[in-house]
Amino acid sequence: MADNVKKDKTFVDDIDREMYDFRFEEKDVYRVDEGLTPEIVNKISEEKNDPEWMHQFRLKSLEIYNKKEIPNWGPSIDGLNMDNIVTYVRPNTKMHAEWDEVPDDIKETFERLGIPKAERESLAGVGAQYDSELVYHNVKEEVAAQGVIYTDLESAMHGEYADMIQKHFMKLVPPTDHKFAALHGAVWSGGSFVYVPPGVSVEIPLQSYFRLNAPGAGQFEHTLIIVDEGAYLHFIEGCSAPKYNIANLHAGCVELFVGRNATLRYSTIENWSKNMYNLNTKRAICEEGGKVEWVSGSFGSHVSYLYPMSVLNGKGARAEFTGVTFAGRGQNLDTGCKIVHNAPDTSSVVNTRSISKSGGISTFRSSVVVNPQAENTKSSVSCQSLMIDSESRSDTVPAMDIRTDKCDIGHEAKIGRISDDAVFYLMSRGISEEEARALIVSGFAENVSKELPLEYAVEMNNLIRLEMRGTIG
Amino acid sequence: MSETLLSVKDLHVRVEDKEILKGFNLEVKKGETHVIMGPNGAGKSTFGNALMGNPAYEVTSGEMFFNGKNVLDLGVNERASEGLFMSFQNPLEVSGISLSNFIRTALEQRTGKRIRLWDFRKEMKKALAVLQMDQSYADRDLNVGFSGGEKKKAEILQLLMLKPTLAILDETDSGLDVDAVRTVSAGIEHFQADKDSALIIITHSTGILSSLHVDATHILVDGQIVASGDASLVDEINANGFAAYDKEDAAE
Repeated sequence: MADNVKKDKTFVDDIDREMYDFRFEEKDVYRVDEGLTPEIVNKISEEKNDPEWMHQFRLKSLEIYNKKEIPNWGPSIDGLNMDNIVTYVRPNTKMHAEWDEVPDDIKETFERLGIPKAERESLAGVGAQYDSELVYHNVKEEVAAQGVIYTDLESAMHGEYADMIQKHFMKLVPPTDHKFAALHGAVWSGGSFVYVPPGVSVEIPLQSYFRLNAPGAGQFEHTLIIVDEGAYLHFIEGCSAPKYNIANLHAGCVELFVGRNATLRYSTIENWSKNMYNLNTKRAICEEGGKVEWVSGSFGSHVSYLYPMSVLNGKGARAEFTGVTFAGRGQNLDTGCKIVHNAPDTSSVVNTRSISKSGGISTFRSSVVVNPQAENTKSSVSCQSLMIDSESRSDTVPAMDIRTDKCDIGHEAKIGRISDDAVFYLMSRGISEEEARALIVSGFAENVSKELPLEYAVEMNNLIRLEMRGTIG
Repeated sequence: MSETLLSVKDLHVRVEDKEILKGFNLEVKKGETHVIMGPNGAGKSTFGNALMGNPAYEVTSGEMFFNGKNVLDLGVNERASEGLFMSFQNPLEVSGISLSNFIRTALEQRTGKRIRLWDFRKEMKKALAVLQMDQSYADRDLNVGFSGGEKKKAEILQLLMLKPTLAILDETDSGLDVDAVRTVSAGIEHFQADKDSALIIITHSTGILSSLHVDATHILVDGQIVASGDASLVDEINANGFAAYDKEDAAE
């Protein structure tokens, strides 16, 4: 035992990500030229059998993309060369509803990620994305029987819900929003569509698991969720990507429409490989009495820009954002959230933790906007940072734009370090220093883990343990 | 049985720039209960922290052997694995881990073995009952929101669950009301029942000692033990206080 402890202490530098950094050889049937032109976008559109409006939407988005500048206010993304990004790769398999029919190599990848097990245990449906297409999709019967639609976006564009998609697609996040939203509009591929009819409460969480597999391939999945009046849904997205040397780009988009008195909980644990540029855009809009609950864990990636936004458009609408960000060596994670209060009696609660270690940079940005009509609004923002060592960095950038006096706004920020006394206390009971620190950091991130279903909380704590490894040497 | 468990010789310990222990000696045998008393600032807690390996306490010279092993060669958790335990005067609050998970993790790390949840729960239930603690404490975050008395009880709970060979109880009775002292004493008696282990009770009052069996008492003044005796020394301190052991008068 004592020997093991000593061996562990010799760990330095990067963590062992072996269990996440595996992949299989690519077997793509079709791969477009590198770089982005209208011809490529046409090809993508044709391959996907887009309706004409979507084809035009892609071309329009491409125009916007070519005009927009790369954002210059956050972490550098100079390492990203769009000319080298193969934007579109899809595996040589069609949609599958039965696990048995999924090709073996793809199945094995998922099995190592534990998807079938997760599904068996408690999840209502699995929509797993392998590269750019959904390869496996299944909604348990009882959920479908409630009238809940959970499918991939491509086929939904041709089915019964075609009009609904045309009406909502990228209306919340228009391509004009920023360069990567425009890119997304041009090349999006894969993702999920969920519609929960009025009054339906989906008791078990719906899950979607994304991961990248092809080197140099960007991922542009689109998630569109509509929760109708008085309905309830918990949707979970989890990500884990293999590690490559070529810069990887993720520019997904999430649009959440929360109807009157409806509630949507949207949970994500993102665990990107350390070369990923994660430029994701997520946005929710809540009607009267509606509520959106974001639970967000940001791990991995080289650079992240991630600020889920909640627009509270109806009287009494509410938003909760609970997040944790972990930035290790070589990582610059710029995360936070934005809340827009557009109606009276709306409220928002933001509670985040950020952890930085081994020179990692973690920046928390929040923006709370209270418009003049949003009287009796309440908002509280609390952000705590934990720096594991003195070479790491943590910044907090809170912004507030308050245009009425009749509101109650609070903000609190704390920055701390792991207490030596607490480490000593845990160690005095026989716990190794590494484990003691991991326990303390996991505890620090408890705001998020206690909001997650058990198996996700366990996975997140394992991630923290992996990330914490090698902090002592 | 007179097997030596702990042997401390000429221990000097520094905290920041100040020497606190100045040649401390102690020998504890299996099955014994020792009491270290002394006025505030004499170095009682310093001894406990130095023995447990608190990095804020620097051992500048002297030696400590536990179970025949040089304690100074061992890391904090290795000392715990060898069977040392200290109950803290001010236990730390750690959110995100329940008392019961913490104890289980500690047991598993210490022994390197997985502990069956069923057995663990049974043990835990027994220990909680001894300390008249509600079962719900097991699921609460470690010391978070515990009152002073609850924290002290939680320390004794850990003592009973972890079953160390040598436990140092650092001011376990301070800040406790009469009933709580009685409950904590009952927990300590439970531990004493194991004749293979030993106990060092650090205290500056004598309340907790009235119901406990004591083999030896040591008076610590200004970093040195100035008098040692049997349990009757406790009564003497009770009657006369520490004045008789002021530095100048201590001839030993």
